[in-house]
Amino acid sequence: MSILKRIKPAFWDHQDLISGPHKALFNFRRIWYATVLLTSAVVLLPLITMAVIDYKVTQHNIESAILLRTARLVSNTQRTISFFLDERRAALRFIEQDNTCEELKDPERLTSLLEHLKKGVGGFVDLGIIEFSGLHVNYAGPYNLQGVNYSRQQWFKEVMERGVYTSDVFLGFRRTPHLVVAIRHDLPEGPCYVLRASLDMEKFNDLLSNLEMAGRGDAFLINREGLLQTPSLYHGKVFEKVSLPVPEYAPRTRVLEWKNASGLPLIIGYRYIADTPFILMVVKQKEVLMKPWYETRIELIGFLLASITIVLIVILGGGTYLVNRIYLADQRRVMILHEVEYSNKMASIGRLAAGVAHEINNPLAIINEKAGLIKDLLSLKEGFADKEQLLDPINSILASVERCGRITRRLLGFARHMDVSIQTVNLGDIVQGVLDFLDKEAEYRSIAVSVDIPGDLPAIESDRGKLQQIFLNLINNAFAAMEDNGHLAITAKTEGRDFVSITVADDGCGIPENDLKRIFEPFFSTKIGSGGTGLGLSITYGLVQELGGKISVQSEVGKGTSFTITLPLKQEQKER
Amino acid sequence: MKTRVLIVDDEEEFVNALSKRLRIRDYDVTTSLSGEEALEKMKHYLFDVVILDVAMPGMSGIETLREIKKIKPLTEVIMLTGHATVESAIEGMKLGAFDYLLKPCETDDLIAKINLAYNRKAEHEERIREAKVRQILASPRTVLEDE
Repeated sequence: MSILKRIKPAFWDHQDLISGPHKALFNFRRIWYATVLLTSAVVLLPLITMAVIDYKVTQHNIESAILLRTARLVSNTQRTISFFLDERRAALRFIEQDNTCEELKDPERLTSLLEHLKKGVGGFVDLGIIEFSGLHVNYAGPYNLQGVNYSRQQWFKEVMERGVYTSDVFLGFRRTPHLVVAIRHDLPEGPCYVLRASLDMEKFNDLLSNLEMAGRGDAFLINREGLLQTPSLYHGKVFEKVSLPVPEYAPRTRVLEWKNASGLPLIIGYRYIADTPFILMVVKQKEVLMKPWYETRIELIGFLLASITIVLIVILGGGTYLVNRIYLADQRRVMILHEVEYSNKMASIGRLAAGVAHEINNPLAIINEKAGLIKDLLSLKEGFADKEQLLDPINSILASVERCGRITRRLLGFARHMDVSIQTVNLGDIVQGVLDFLDKEAEYRSIAVSVDIPGDLPAIESDRGKLQQIFLNLINNAFAAMEDNGHLAITAKTEGRDFVSITVADDGCGIPENDLKRIFEPFFSTKIGSGGTGLGLSITYGLVQELGGKISVQSEVGKGTSFTITLPLKQEQKER
Repeated sequence: MKTRVLIVDDEEEFVNALSKRLRIRDYDVTTSLSGEEALEKMKHYLFDVVILDVAMPGMSGIETLREIKKIKPLTEVIMLTGHATVESAIEGMKLGAFDYLLKPCETDDLIAKINLAYNRKAEHEERIREAKVRQILASPRTVLEDE
């Protein structure tokens, strides 16, 4: 709160205490709001919009790039696998075409063919001939499968029907995962036998596991039931049901986004491999792929936030500074208006006083002379009976005229020095002159005024009118602060060689410490609503400054206040 | 010989009363109610001291003073003012006025000032006479030249 109070600009709580012709020109708080909000909107809206658009475009691009890369990988891998299987099938077709039925039923011939296949093409484990009836008539390979009857097995039925068959991976009779490729040999008169070969899964797995993939990628095959055909890193073992749904059939490569059971977003690329039961799947973790983007994103957002902060600080600071300058300028304008008005008022009063004094002085002079004449005539006449009775009133007329003369002279003396003029003045005389004006008030209110100005106080070079105004203001204020029967003490002394100080001390109500700092501010008044303009002390302050002096105040609530004015003995040349 | 005083003021009552009082005190008093009238009288008569009001309709006190000093530079002038502007007082003194007084003034003050002014004029004339005498003594022919 106190920090807020400290940084709060002066105009924030500005209120026009004196409404009237000098009202402030502006509503500062509204100017501040308008400036800050408008500038912020104009600067921040485009900035944020640009940032958001850039964010979206970049994110979209990165995502598209990831999807595209995945799709390409799937396509390439699919081509490799298809080619691998096609190659094996072509080799079998070649054997089937190149050999007669009899040759193939020869075990030695079959063994040598298997040897040739292993050397020439690779990936073959065994080779077998199955008769039309389903009987395994000839077999070359590590297992003893001769004589096994396949007639009831699904794959056999299928190869008899379609001519070519590629099986799922299965354990079969030999208890190791393998896959079978079979082709039917057709004679003109009908099917004759089936050439069957099992393929090594290791070679097959190598194809997939050697893929280099970013983003914790995983490439594997599943069959159409969703059983894993090759081992996967994260989605189950061979023959287990894959932890992902089987994607719907599509003739081309497709990439889709998915969330796994724990909500982790995945990117799945898949392709149905033609003429096989296999579906190639490539699964990547989106988070890992997007990681560089996330890092960039943090930088982007951080930069945006920093920019916004700096922009706001600059706008707030600049706006506040500018509005504060306007406020100060306006305050000064109002202050000067008031000062001009005040000095005009003083000048008018001065002229009025001078005019009145002048107009009264002439009749007074006549009264004086007439009364004097009567007195003269009386004193010439000897033995006039009622002489004493007449002399008495005449003397009192003359005394009254003298008193009136003193008053008008004082008025004139006060009004005389309205213009700025530096002259040698005696502070004691000025203080006494001002006090003469306030004599009556002091008397009515039983205020004891003590003046202690040493007779040897040097005369100073200063402006009489301004000094009068200063003392009048200070003494008036002191009177206002005091109860009846108060004490006012005016003391003066020299300060060093070049200054004199005068202290006006009262024993009135005092000024609270909070107000003490502000009493010289214009429009600060505790007399609001009772005729105070809050300008007296601020004008006094201005006057003292004009005379090259300083004014200070000490006060204690309940004990009284003392104002001390320090004035230079000599006026420095005015730089005008 | 009585001191010859000319009072110049536009306030007739004031002029009358003051002139009577001065006559009582054995002064040879002439009055006039305006600057022009005063100048006219000065051309025909000799005065020792002129009491001159500063603020008058028509020819002002300062202008009158200027003219008086032109035609009779030795006559002493006491300025009388109801308007105590230092400026006009200073101006008057610069133009050769003997002193100034604020209205309403103490009669005793005024009389004292009149006497001082007269004495000064007398001294002044005395010195001029002495100078003339010395001149005549040094060169008697100047008597002829002068007249």
